[in-house]
Amino acid sequence: MQDSLKSSSYQQLEQKSKYTNMFLRWFLYFILILFASYFIFPLYVMVVTSLKTMEEIRQGTLLSWPSGLNLESWAVAWGGRGYGAGDTFLRPYFWNSIKMVVPAVFFSTFIGAMTGYVLTKWRFKGDQWVFLFLLFGCFIPFQAILLPMARTLGVLGVSNSVVGLVLVHTVYGIPFTTLFFRNYYVSVPTELVKAARIDGAGFFKIFFKILLPISAPIIVVTVIWQFTQIWNDFLFGSTFSFGEAAPIQVALNNMVLSSTSVKEYNVDMASAIIAGIPTLIVYVLAGKYFIRGLTSGAVKG
Amino acid sequence: MLKWLEKNLPKIVMAPAVGLIGWFVYGFVLWTLYISFTNSKILPKYELWGFGQYEKLWASRKWLIAVDNLLIFTALFLIFCVVIGIILAIFLDQKIRAEGLLRTIYLYPMALSFIVTGTAWKWILNPTLGIQKMFRDWGFENFTFDWLVDREMAIYTIVIAGVWQSAGFVMALFLAGLRSVEDEIVKAAKIDGASLFTVYWKILLPMMRPVFFTSFVILVHISIKSYDLIVALTQGGPGISTTMPALYMTQTAFHKSQVGLSAASAMMMFMAVAAVIIPYLYSELRRENAR
Repeated sequence: MQDSLKSSSYQQLEQKSKYTNMFLRWFLYFILILFASYFIFPLYVMVVTSLKTMEEIRQGTLLSWPSGLNLESWAVAWGGRGYGAGDTFLRPYFWNSIKMVVPAVFFSTFIGAMTGYVLTKWRFKGDQWVFLFLLFGCFIPFQAILLPMARTLGVLGVSNSVVGLVLVHTVYGIPFTTLFFRNYYVSVPTELVKAARIDGAGFFKIFFKILLPISAPIIVVTVIWQFTQIWNDFLFGSTFSFGEAAPIQVALNNMVLSSTSVKEYNVDMASAIIAGIPTLIVYVLAGKYFIRGLTSGAVKG
Repeated sequence: MLKWLEKNLPKIVMAPAVGLIGWFVYGFVLWTLYISFTNSKILPKYELWGFGQYEKLWASRKWLIAVDNLLIFTALFLIFCVVIGIILAIFLDQKIRAEGLLRTIYLYPMALSFIVTGTAWKWILNPTLGIQKMFRDWGFENFTFDWLVDREMAIYTIVIAGVWQSAGFVMALFLAGLRSVEDEIVKAAKIDGASLFTVYWKILLPMMRPVFFTSFVILVHISIKSYDLIVALTQGGPGISTTMPALYMTQTAFHKSQVGLSAASAMMMFMAVAAVIIPYLYSELRRENAR
């Protein structure tokens, strides 16, 4: 259907005189490429700047090409210079983020799969309200929970730790993961589940034998969504952690803002790319699922 | 006992999620609401104090600037994201070569954090290093683009970076909407002699009303919560000229230790979001029930 719509509007274009048609096409491509360069511009600047020496940065312009593959600023951004105090670099914070993201994505996805399963295949009275109750959590501005969360993490003894951030991200991921799985399982025929129940299969058996094997697409969507959200989070990271327990986004921000020595913009840019590269790779490799999560996470909500 | 367990297993499985959300979302919002009616400073106090914090909030110059900025930002952010998003979606819908590549380029900022992109934008917008320097080096000696350090104009740099980050998302929403329209409708209009422009302006775009509505809700939601972008780009400066409510809230809570006041500002944000979200959820639910 997509192709036929495209071809029909294309045919319409073709019906016009050949010159108008050609002009329109050129105009179209011109605008599209113009916007593409606007979108690519900051990424281009980041990459070339990270490859320049400070001398080149001072003399050249934003767009000028680096003289060579100068990877030193990348090495400094990742591993530091090797002297003690004041030598901040991203490697430990990168691992903090990994240690935070993996369990948080796992737990929130698992809980979301379970609740989505119950809400669609084991319906009970008032389940619509329970769904709405959970769904509202997608929308609250987190400022409204920051203060009590900070105190709660303190009481639990996990403030300023990766464990605390795992807890925070798991909890506030549940509304989204529930939404994803619920909307996916709604379209799975309930007859399958009913037949299995008559055959005597129980709650977990039905989930693992019938639903889980067909859940691969939605698991991918959910994992990518949660991974991107949690990796890119700054609000929770900067509020609930500091110093050595900070995730990478917080460390990056501190690095860029620090005014202790001469600003090294190439190192800043290399750091920014290092902090952005995991989500960027996931986006390029699995863009289809990323977009699906984006649109269903937003549209349906 | 086993029977009971088996019968209630679905509810038992639901319980952790409901409990966690009940406590960490609803309970916490109520706590914040309560604290906003107390005179809490560094530590929360539990004696009620009335609307004092809200009076203080709306008398604060910084908060008023934050609200002003939010209104400016939201309006411009909405307009530019929607206009750019629609143009890109319609143009991409014309059987374009390399559509996949272009779509990937338009949408990739959504995969990056505002901290990462903010770092790049700060560099580009910096007068002594970025675009201004580039044009001056090219011979335009008087070229000036110093919005980032200009009190009056700094908020617009946040709009530029914000639109850059989110316009592709609106494009994706509209492209999905356009592609879901029945081919017959377009064909019928074509047979009636409608031009391509008419087809889009009079038929397809009006059909996209739900997409407009969705984009509106999501973009407003993003703009009310804007925090990272401002921290990365201006930190509320120069001075306090680019403060936004989310930044005001965290600064008041964690730098100035005015817990009651920051709770009041958080509740104002909460109400603003609720005013947008509740009608949206209501209409979505009605649509789903009507099916």
